[in-house]
Amino acid sequence: MHAAKGNDPRLDRREAMRVLLDRRGEMLLVTGLGSTTWDAAAVGDDARNFYLWGAMGAAAMVGLGLAIAQPERRVLVVTGDGEMLMGLGALATIGVQCPPNLALAVFDNARYAETGMQPSHTDYGVSLCGVARSCGIESVYDITDKAALDDFARLIHTADRTLFARIAIQADEPPRVLPSRDGVLLKNRFRHALGVE
Amino acid sequence: MNMPAPSSVADWRDDIFAALKAAEIRQIGYVPDAGHSRLIELCQADAAIRAVPLTSEEEGIGLAAGAWLGGQRAALLMQSSGVGNCINLLSLAKSCRFPMTILVTMRGEWGEFNPWQVPMGTKTQAALELMDVLVYRVERAEEAGETVAAALDIAFNGSLATAVLLSQRLIGAKRWVK
Repeated sequence: MHAAKGNDPRLDRREAMRVLLDRRGEMLLVTGLGSTTWDAAAVGDDARNFYLWGAMGAAAMVGLGLAIAQPERRVLVVTGDGEMLMGLGALATIGVQCPPNLALAVFDNARYAETGMQPSHTDYGVSLCGVARSCGIESVYDITDKAALDDFARLIHTADRTLFARIAIQADEPPRVLPSRDGVLLKNRFRHALGVE
Repeated sequence: MNMPAPSSVADWRDDIFAALKAAEIRQIGYVPDAGHSRLIELCQADAAIRAVPLTSEEEGIGLAAGAWLGGQRAALLMQSSGVGNCINLLSLAKSCRFPMTILVTMRGEWGEFNPWQVPMGTKTQAALELMDVLVYRVERAEEAGETVAAALDIAFNGSLATAVLLSQRLIGAKRWVK
């Protein structure tokens, strides 16, 4: 049953986040608990980033509510495989709604990096791309190299459909870069940046 | 027994819908419940409201947070059993002071046939209050609209999560034998 993927090609997580946020324009970003939050902060703090410091499993749904509320803006959710696995039902909910401005990117290191690198279900063979496709998300990308990542990063800004990408990343722990933990501050500055506060 | 006449059923649910519209609710996340069925239909039929079916109630907390980040107001519809599914996610509402109102149809109380509904139904209010959600309760049809309006008002003026428990006596016990 155990299908170790240690030899698969995998990307550097910080570099992957940098590529996704390069020339982001007006794009809004939601990150999940926890390493993807540090990755986004490492690339550069921004009022249009909403970092989840808790509520594990909620990242994709926060992205859905935001994408529905802001149909003229691109919304990118970047979260980890463990965080996505905790809220798999969200993929079914998003598959029904399919907002054209929403993109989900799951950084998959097949590990719970924050708790000691225990294997996640993806390490045992669960396919997040398969789940997303089965939930009705038609544009699904399994990304293991830089060229495919570059293509996906460009597609986020032009697509007229919900996108899902599983991005294979190395199971390492780059130095933590921690953004503010003040949820009210993060919420209010995000809304100010959007002009809705 | 205890089934309100159909006309009064429609009335209080229409009153709740009017309160949602008056509060400019734009997103409704819901897990279906028989007691919410008319309200769900009204929301689905309204072009200004996006009705989002959820696989589990906890998804609604994230949806409501995202809606508020983007400048829209959201409310959630669920049965009392679903409140238990939301507990950890309510930390999102509390940590960030996301406003939202949860309308809860009660099971496990007046006229309940299924004993498995009782454990969560009897602890629904306590569970919400444990997570600092402000809870109102409706027992009488004529109070439904104004109570929901008050819960929405304080949620969005005060950046709070609020809930309205719609009692099983109000809704009418589920009929198991037809």
